[in-house]
Amino acid sequence: MIRINCPYCGERDHSEFSYGGDATINYPSLDASEKEWTEAIFFRKNIKGFQFETWHHSNGCRMWLVVERSTVTHEIKSVKPCHPDLQKVVENNK
Amino acid sequence: MRTRRLDNYGKINRNIILSFRWDKKNYKGFEGDTLASALLANNIGIVGRSFKYHRPRGIFSSGVEESGALVTIGSKDRKDPNVRATTQELYNGLEASGQNAFPNVNFDLAGINNYLGRFFAAGFYYKTFMGIPPFEWGRGTAIWMFFEKFIRKAAGMGSASELPDPDTYEHAHDFCDLIVVGSGPAGVAAAIEAAEKKLDVILVEQDSLVGGDQLAENNFDNSQIKNQLENLGIKIMTRTTAFGLYDNCVVGLLERVTDHISAPNVNIPRQRFWTIRAKHIIVGAGAIERHIAFNNNDIPGVMTVNASKHYLNRYGVLTGKRIAIATNNDSVYETAQQLSEAGANVTVLDSRTNFEIETNKSFEIRKGYVPYNINGSKKIHSLDVSKSEDMNKSETINCDQVLLSGGWSPAVHLLSHRGVKPKWDYNNACFLPSDTKENITMVGSSRGLWNKNDCIASGIAGTTDALNRLGISKTNYFFPKPGGWKNPIQPLYEVKYKKSRSKSFVDYQHDVTTDDVRLAHREGFNSVEHLKRYTTLGMANDQGKMGNIIGLSLMAELLNKEIPEVGTTVFRPPYTPVSIGALSGRNVGKHFRPLRVTPMHQWNIDHGAKMIEVGLYQRPWYYPKENETLSDSYIREASTVRKTVGICDITSLGKIAIQGPDSTEFLNRIYSNGFSKLQVGKARYGIMLRDDGIVMDDGTSWRLAENEYFMTTSTGEAAKVMSWLEELLQTRWTDLNVNVTSVSEQWAGVSVAGPKSREVLNNCVDDSLVITNNNLPFMGVTSTFLKGNIPCRIARISFSGELAFEVYVKSDFANTMMDLLWENTKKYDGCLYGLEALGALRVEKGHVTAAELDGRVTIDDAGLSKMASTKKSYIGSAMRKRGVLKNNDREILVGFFPTNLKETFNAGTIVCEKNNIKGQGIGRITSVTYSPELGHWIGLGFVKGGLDKWKDTNLVGADPVRNKQMNLKVVSPHMIDPKGERMYA
Ligand SMILES: [Zn+2]
Repeated sequence: MIRINCPYCGERDHSEFSYGGDATINYPSLDASEKEWTEAIFFRKNIKGFQFETWHHSNGCRMWLVVERSTVTHEIKSVKPCHPDLQKVVENNK
Repeated sequence: MRTRRLDNYGKINRNIILSFRWDKKNYKGFEGDTLASALLANNIGIVGRSFKYHRPRGIFSSGVEESGALVTIGSKDRKDPNVRATTQELYNGLEASGQNAFPNVNFDLAGINNYLGRFFAAGFYYKTFMGIPPFEWGRGTAIWMFFEKFIRKAAGMGSASELPDPDTYEHAHDFCDLIVVGSGPAGVAAAIEAAEKKLDVILVEQDSLVGGDQLAENNFDNSQIKNQLENLGIKIMTRTTAFGLYDNCVVGLLERVTDHISAPNVNIPRQRFWTIRAKHIIVGAGAIERHIAFNNNDIPGVMTVNASKHYLNRYGVLTGKRIAIATNNDSVYETAQQLSEAGANVTVLDSRTNFEIETNKSFEIRKGYVPYNINGSKKIHSLDVSKSEDMNKSETINCDQVLLSGGWSPAVHLLSHRGVKPKWDYNNACFLPSDTKENITMVGSSRGLWNKNDCIASGIAGTTDALNRLGISKTNYFFPKPGGWKNPIQPLYEVKYKKSRSKSFVDYQHDVTTDDVRLAHREGFNSVEHLKRYTTLGMANDQGKMGNIIGLSLMAELLNKEIPEVGTTVFRPPYTPVSIGALSGRNVGKHFRPLRVTPMHQWNIDHGAKMIEVGLYQRPWYYPKENETLSDSYIREASTVRKTVGICDITSLGKIAIQGPDSTEFLNRIYSNGFSKLQVGKARYGIMLRDDGIVMDDGTSWRLAENEYFMTTSTGEAAKVMSWLEELLQTRWTDLNVNVTSVSEQWAGVSVAGPKSREVLNNCVDDSLVITNNNLPFMGVTSTFLKGNIPCRIARISFSGELAFEVYVKSDFANTMMDLLWENTKKYDGCLYGLEALGALRVEKGHVTAAELDGRVTIDDAGLSKMASTKKSYIGSAMRKRGVLKNNDREILVGFFPTNLKETFNAGTIVCEKNNIKGQGIGRITSVTYSPELGHWIGLGFVKGGLDKWKDTNLVGADPVRNKQMNLKVVSPHMIDPKGERMYA
């Protein structure tokens, strides 16, 4: 029963969002090696505690968000747009 | 048992008499009765038969912990099994019946199971399933198969209605600062304190009245408390159970809106399923009195002590005439005195020898005595008792009722839902709630407080705790210490019967006896969780509210351990059963999921379309003429398209507007084939891969202008592709200046296909010059107008393999477009065609769809290697080359013909080598159709090694589901016009 405070829409029920994945991955360039891509796609940490993950406000503003969530308690520490320019807009409007 | 309704007792409304039926006979009760109190008042002692042994069972309690009086309410489509008679409010015309008995609870033929107990001991089901012979003359699963239907029938609870549920249910949501569960002294004190401190409070009570256990007090005034709570603005929700606690202070509630009303307003839901989001939760859920295990402790007439107090003071029913009370604690004495004042002859057997209690001496107290056997079968004749210190000193007490109190178990269930393990308290012989970091506070007797004043103090302390945690106050507080009886409780869980094998019940509802627990131990099921599963202790719908601790204590004794070392089973939601109807709410029937229709949906239906669901979409399936079947119709439609022309609604395809200076670069990265050189006014078929190199989707993108594209996706993957494009632009390629917008709803699309399609369009467009072969070559795109000044987009794209056009107009013009196209299509003897014909046309051409692109297939598997650019990198380009995707034995797309062209086959058929018909074979068939062009059945599918390996081999199609086999040969997937001469015409 997570609620996510979308920077654009406000606090909304998790059913409006779709889970993305690990937000800390730096995807390699398209011409990177198979090995680099394998690391990026298949290897994941199994974090107990807070982790950064992407969520898509798919039934809302369609923004992709970085959510800092505890895998133990579901507590959410922070929510930011993934896109750095949108992050700046949100910061400036605070 | 002799029960009586007393004139001067109870809070029932004697002015309103209610008629009800029990097991097909008429009875009367009063407003304010539960079904249980009304049955008791009518002196009905046997209300059900037990689960395994079919022993007569009576009413054990007055609340949710009831494990005997499970009855069926209503009939036909409103039949509701396993309802606790103790919580079912009586209403006029209520119809109820006993369960688990034939012909009725008083005379049950299966009562013979009582004497076959050995076969029904713990683990019976497991042993039969696992093949250990439970009977000497048979063994294992075969015998289980034979007996299953009898056993299922005999050893079940009530049966559910198989008719559709006529009632409606609702989902509702609410928010508050504080939710208080339970309206006993503690909960009420907490709610009042919080409301006075300006918190927004919801108070939840499972009973119809607020008051909690005070409702069993003879001078309790419920309305006064209710008024006080209402005046403070507290939202009171009665007949509402908090069945579960979830993350982030979410409480699940079940509100029984009309279950107590004889003829409910059809416009109100029967039940509401609430999701409450609170900032803090206070649980004052009370405590549950336990019974004691001893021989025949289930004979009708056995009840908890507290229940008899409820029946006396709330319902005015004296549950026995000569009452024996067996206890190990102080809580029973007030009840004993009140029962005796009400006219019963009461004897208290207290297992303790040294204790002081003040009473009015109206009843006998026998210190140091325990019960060990009840005499009687359908009712109690007498009770065998002995000295607790010397079991040889026994005697028999004549009585018609035995009341039990083996101590109290705080209702820690809700806290347990949050994974908080309770801790054992030796002084009070019970589990107490542990502390939690979450905003949940336990108050009252659910934290082991037995005195009303302590409960009230704990309620106020609980709210102070909440205020502190919410940062509203910083006040010191303390909770009263657990306990509160004058004399300590003496643990007493079981009294062993010395004579013979006994039936001492631990869990009444599942007929789990003390011997079953010992059997589980002998067979090595020592952990609590194993004990639970092996014996089914605590797995009935009361979830072991009364019996779990007794089972635990027995296991502790067998293992020579203390109870806390043995552990406790974890309670999981729901606290009491929640109907499936409430869980599904309004999401039933047509409301189960959203329905999507195209803007020409009604037009299609008006023109004879039979519809089919594709994902959420309703799409035209086929357009039968007169008596045509599906197959007559689609064969005619597909032939017509190949011969002249047909039109087909393709609006359900996903449509995405891609705009911005980096659009071309973006498409070039997401498609496996090149897009950098696509000219304005041209479209291109493209394939998208996933990061891992597997095909995600295919579609077309049309270059409308330098920086503007119109992308189409498959119907099924439209939402996924849109999210994917947004993800890439917002997370990975944040430097690209591209905007994507879903325009699926904004454009209505039609495919006009067939040799006469250009002629049809010529009549429909304003300027027929724009669609000549020169001006609109294959894969050409134009923005122009249909007659009537309707702006449209036309692309020369073919899925059918014929000369074909896709025409899109704004959705508002969909019907006008259809009328125009249809009028002109008819001139060429053309037809409307649906998804089935579309499927036939594309299978003939070997075009893949979702049936083939199922998330396991690579671009090479699909025979589309040419679509993978070698001149650029794109999503999936690195990973599609990894070893497992390049193995020689990958399944490759091929076409299939039956060897005997008269034969048919089906999608799902497994392709095998002739002498090796087993397992997964060497391939599979994904799509099958009758080919009007070829005059026989054809298929698309995959086979290991592809066409080159198998083209001259006779293979076998195995269809075990339909018990069918046929000989197949592998052909090229491009089964007609492989060079595409028709498309370019
Ligand atoms: Zn949003």
